[in-house]
Amino acid sequence: MLSVENLSTTYQAPGAKPVLAASNINFSVPTGRLFTLLGPSGCGKTTTLRSIAGLERPSKGVIKAHDTVVYSSAGNIFVAPNHRQFGMVFQSYAIWPHMTVFQNAAFPLQVQKKRLSSKDIRDKVMKVLAAVSLDHVEEREATRLSGGQQQRLALARALVMEPRLLLLDEPLSNLDAKLRDKMRFELKKMQRELGLTTIYVTHDQSEALALSHEIAVMNEGKIVQIGSPRDIYERPANTFVADFIGTTNFVEGTVRGGADDRLVVDTRIGQLNVNAQPGISIGANVSLSIRPEDVHLSDTAPAPSSNSLFVGTVRAKVFLGECQDFKIDVNETQLLARAHPSVRTLVGEQIHIAIDPEKCTVLAA
Amino acid sequence: MAVTTPDGSTVHTSLVQGWGRSFDMKWVVIGLCISVVAWLALIPLGFLIWQSFASTSTAQVPAVFTLENYATAFGTTDSLGLMFNSLKFAFGTAAFALVLGTFFAWVNERTNTPFKSLFFAMSIVPLIIPGILFTVSWIMLASPQIGIFNQIFRDWFGLATPLFNIYSLTGMIWVDGLHYAPIAFLLVTAAFRSMDPSLEESALMSGASVIQVAFKITLKLAWPAILAAFLILFVRGIESFEVPALLGLPVGLRVYTSAIYDAVHSYPSDIGLASAYAMALLLITSLGIYYQSRLSSQGSRFSTVTGKGFRPRVSDIGRWRYATAGIFILYCIFVVALPFLVLLWASLQKYYAAPSWAALHNLSFAAYGEVLAYPGFYGVVWNSAKLAIGGATVVMLLTSVICWITIKTKIPGRWVLDMLASLPLVFPGIVLGLSLMIFYLNFDIGIYGTLWIMLMAYVIKFLPYGMRYNSTSMIQIHKELEESAAMSGASWFTIFRRIVLPLLKPGLMAGWIYIIVVSVRELSSSILLYSPGNEVISIMIWEFWQNGQYIELSAFGVMMITALFGFLMVVQTLSKRFGVKDV
Repeated sequence: MLSVENLSTTYQAPGAKPVLAASNINFSVPTGRLFTLLGPSGCGKTTTLRSIAGLERPSKGVIKAHDTVVYSSAGNIFVAPNHRQFGMVFQSYAIWPHMTVFQNAAFPLQVQKKRLSSKDIRDKVMKVLAAVSLDHVEEREATRLSGGQQQRLALARALVMEPRLLLLDEPLSNLDAKLRDKMRFELKKMQRELGLTTIYVTHDQSEALALSHEIAVMNEGKIVQIGSPRDIYERPANTFVADFIGTTNFVEGTVRGGADDRLVVDTRIGQLNVNAQPGISIGANVSLSIRPEDVHLSDTAPAPSSNSLFVGTVRAKVFLGECQDFKIDVNETQLLARAHPSVRTLVGEQIHIAIDPEKCTVLAA
Repeated sequence: MAVTTPDGSTVHTSLVQGWGRSFDMKWVVIGLCISVVAWLALIPLGFLIWQSFASTSTAQVPAVFTLENYATAFGTTDSLGLMFNSLKFAFGTAAFALVLGTFFAWVNERTNTPFKSLFFAMSIVPLIIPGILFTVSWIMLASPQIGIFNQIFRDWFGLATPLFNIYSLTGMIWVDGLHYAPIAFLLVTAAFRSMDPSLEESALMSGASVIQVAFKITLKLAWPAILAAFLILFVRGIESFEVPALLGLPVGLRVYTSAIYDAVHSYPSDIGLASAYAMALLLITSLGIYYQSRLSSQGSRFSTVTGKGFRPRVSDIGRWRYATAGIFILYCIFVVALPFLVLLWASLQKYYAAPSWAALHNLSFAAYGEVLAYPGFYGVVWNSAKLAIGGATVVMLLTSVICWITIKTKIPGRWVLDMLASLPLVFPGIVLGLSLMIFYLNFDIGIYGTLWIMLMAYVIKFLPYGMRYNSTSMIQIHKELEESAAMSGASWFTIFRRIVLPLLKPGLMAGWIYIIVVSVRELSSSILLYSPGNEVISIMIWEFWQNGQYIELSAFGVMMITALFGFLMVVQTLSKRFGVKDV
């Protein structure tokens, strides 16, 4: 397992003001889990990963891997990256162009402290190359591999040393879209089978949602939310997360009243029923996040229920096959909606909207 | 141009006329440049080849075809020794400089060694301490007779025989290698900087130590660049004149460059033999440059440039950083502090004496006064200034047109022009001097024995530098910038003057300054071309040395180093303001 406590990393470019690239990062990853650092570029996710790797020297905090402290500012401990035994896959793959496939994968075994016989090295390397299905090209020059093969070789090289932790820095971002989808499944399968504790860095939210046990969303050097993929998507902690993960409608409003576990919010599109939320009291200004797929559309008026009901005008629609995207005006506010292809209302006509209180996320404005 | 009528067809016609006129002008300038370059680069070379097959002509006997020069140059055991010496010296110099330079490049780029800001400052040292002064200062430090090191060891440890002998092959390699190390440093640094840092980081993450990463990844990846650097240094070594002439000749240790000088300056001078030696030298440098350019052009397999802006990672090498800093400081002492201080010391004496308490009482500035009052001193400085500024200006303007032709046009055969302008790379200075001397002695157009022939030598010698500075800038100028000027109705000449030259300015200025600095130190071509009355600074130093005027030489040397240093500092400050590229 890995635990990161109060980690901060500062960049000091010569002659420039120090930049706090990652500040006060806290998280822990149980053994065998895949933990993703997700955020836009410049949010500090790569800095955090490189600090865990030991490629950057943090300015304060503690990093523990399997109860071994690899960094502690208070204890003045800094284990050099080559002594941490963490496998890492770089965004550019960093395949050494002067070596063959086999030599690339064998390198970690050849340089490690524990001497292995060349037969042992060969066995281990061939096993791991077989696992990423590169065993048939072991003698090929590494530069003559395709992008996907290079990516798998980089993974093999990281795995051959039986790392205590696997670090992946945007490993799929250099592949074309189709290959990326395929590798996403392979990576997930391999991680689950090997049970390797893995830290994954990406800016691609769908990748993060598809692969992770847990996600930390980062912005401006800080973690803004940690949770399971479902948590992050369905219950974003703030407008940044709601906006960054997927598409959403933000509706501003003021809490008018409430009973039991329900609140009523006055907004420009009308009154909305939402679930009560700790810390949100009557009179507060809030922002409601409603995913397009949670804006239910129907050609005729639905039966009354706890759902909030509205009538809007279809401004535009796009037919996508398995679904349709709508732009709907409700009291001069535009809502995005994703609906089943069976909805037949035409552009310019009136349409009925129902919103489930469960699906409205209340965020402090 | 008839632009007054708003009628479309008239405007169209005027444009065509404008193009027609500029077309003519363009060809005049291009033709002129091509013929000048061909004349500069080819004729002396061709004449040199012819001369190497000719017997010595006297008043009675005209020159006839002979192979005797080659027989003498290659057919004797003596001449085999000469070739062997040349190769050993060049190889040793290149290897020593490369090991030092590569080590410093690695220390500077990849470790947390202190005093890093000094490393790049060091790389301008060969620019401000000319080879001849550097060699002289090392004679004062390590000659068996007057060398300070030997005196110290004799006085302190009672050694009977001198410990160091600078007049030896080892001494020559030591001095030249120290002096060329900064070139190796810059070349290898460039290779290290173009490397994707994640290649090394991934080795580190694989568990490799800092040293394992350096040897198994960094050096292996930079290997083609390091090999190319070796060839460049090898060619520099084989062309080197000052060190073999001052350290080798006194003990009969001859290499090709010093043998050429010897053959010309012996009586009667043997031009044919000198030409044959020059041909051997040309063959070696051509091979070196050829393989170097092949190596540079085929580096694709190892191309590791990703264009991604990572900050290069610096390894903590713990206590070793004091050792690496120590080695660097020792190098600084050997290459700057000691040579400059020994010259400074000598310049303050009345008669040359090694540093001691007794000699400390004899300090005086008399030598400086003597140099300033030396007959012809101001003339010499003025000559150098005229040659440096004139040569730099001609080279930069000429090469700007050549680069425009080779990069911006599709004229068939433009590669020939590129090759011609780069050809002088293979001319060692002394060979260039020799070929110009022979040619203009035979075809007297009145420039032999004047400053003009030296200007010509400088222009030829520094043509490739001008090409390098101008072509890097020229590539960056987008074709459309010129095309839009043409569409605005400008002629070719106007476009070149108003658009191309101003955009080239950063590279143009940097090259101009660099050529000025290297012109002032030029010795190996000038030595065969000067005549009494038109000496230049480097020749004056050479004459001081030949006359045994060490005190005056030192005073002159200190002034020259200070002036060059001051010039570069001023340039550095100005260039920051005007955006001139680094020299």
